Amino acid sequence: MSQRTARRAVRVALFLACLVPLGALLADAVGGRLGADPIRATELRTGIWGLTTLVASLAITPLRRLTGWNVLGGYRRMLGLFAFTYITLHFLTWFGVDQFFAITYIGRDIVKRPYITVGFASYLLMIPLAITSRAAMVRRLGKRWATLHSLVYVAALGGIVHFVWEVKADLGRPTLYALVLVALLLLRFVPRRTPRPAARQAPRPAAG
Amino acid sequence: MLIRRAPDIPSSEITPESLYLNRRSFMAAASIAAVNVAWPAARLLRRARRDGDKPNSFQDITHYNNYYEFGTGKEDPAGNAGSLRTRPWKVEVAGEVAKPGHYDLDDLLRGQTIEERIYRHRCVEAWSMVIPWNGFPLRNLIERFQPTSRARFVEFTTLYDPSQMPGQKSDVLPWPYVEGLRMDEAMHPLTLVVTGLYGRPLPNQSGAPLRIHVPWKYGFKSGKSLVRIRFVEAQPANTWNVTAPKEYGFYANVNPNVDHPRWSQARERRIGEFFRRPTLMFNGYGDQVASLYAGMDLRRWF
Repeated sequence: MSQRTARRAVRVALFLACLVPLGALLADAVGGRLGADPIRATELRTGIWGLTTLVASLAITPLRRLTGWNVLGGYRRMLGLFAFTYITLHFLTWFGVDQFFAITYIGRDIVKRPYITVGFASYLLMIPLAITSRAAMVRRLGKRWATLHSLVYVAALGGIVHFVWEVKADLGRPTLYALVLVALLLLRFVPRRTPRPAARQAPRPAAG
Repeated sequence: MLIRRAPDIPSSEITPESLYLNRRSFMAAASIAAVNVAWPAARLLRRARRDGDKPNSFQDITHYNNYYEFGTGKEDPAGNAGSLRTRPWKVEVAGEVAKPGHYDLDDLLRGQTIEERIYRHRCVEAWSMVIPWNGFPLRNLIERFQPTSRARFVEFTTLYDPSQMPGQKSDVLPWPYVEGLRMDEAMHPLTLVVTGLYGRPLPNQSGAPLRIHVPWKYGFKSGKSLVRIRFVEAQPANTWNVTAPKEYGFYANVNPNVDHPRWSQARERRIGEFFRRPTLMFNGYGDQVASLYAGMDLRRWF
């Protein structure tokens, strides 16, 4: 199997793996296995998977740097877009199903309830990131792309704060996400391995 | 055993369990579909909307529980409460009473007339259920112990035994769980000692073998699996108030006008229904209980 086929196989496998939580959710919904409050269960699950895929996408770059496997970088966008998809489902379930478009209540909650304010703001923050995720946009924005996309850390942090402020007493799960995020953030400050490989700095052969 | 029915909700309003189960799976599927096609789905769901106070199914009542002694997930208690041994069971009666002691459960229940009471149950998390309890007024029990004039409050303590209650191995709450009522609240005819549900013995995850239910207060006020009832002069320190004093008070009366600091209490989701419904003052029991709080600032005494 060529390296290219292998990469494509991994890509397809990852794509399918990211769809598993959604498939399980739909299957459980149809099978009536979402418990007594299916709306709440849907919100909880889409939120958890949005946060999980978001944190996973943030793990790619540190992992690439630590292992030197540059091939990993190719999966970052997919994970990020899955995170956006799950958070969009999370938001729409809240907006359109749980609150059923009750704009007055929704507006009041966004303004008055800090956990909703933070969650909503973090979601808004993800929209430009999703829009500018295409390769053409990466090229067009150049250096500014990296600056813009560092906002993903803010969105992830916001998502975790949203989670912490929503739970009543059991902080176990949000704490776990927070620890992983902090670890990933710290890893970004580990300097890249220097010096660069000698080959890239080799002087060009003199014109003869 | 004589079963007397309270006039709150007529039996004609009770829907068979099977209908509820059908409706629930329908709504579960619809809630997902609505993510994409919310408006057309909503038209269908509007038809599925139910009004009034029809009891929730036995399945929903016993598989959607906040009982952190058995885990913090809503279905954890149903899965973990099997390890609780409800016989033999003793309840300590202590404090300002003429007849303190360690009473066997059977002694406590002897002579009590078990009746069915269909109560609305409103959780502080903004969801609610309708539950057909079996039990008897707490006052019938309290009178037997003859509290003295110094008894101004009653304190209820839940069992502490991590070997039977695996959730107590984690310190999400300071164990044991303690709740309390003012004496006049405890003596109110609506305040119920619960021993059963849907005519069956109380399931462990619902607070077996003995719990109370105070229908005009948020659910956390109603202590479960009680091992001690103590009559005291000073207001008891109730667990959620100790854990987060700005969020949970001692009174915890259902009140749509006083929000939880982090979420609104104006509306609630009745389990099994699609649309949120407005929350009623004192959970709809204002006619019977509002006088208990005459002159009190309910914003301050939340």
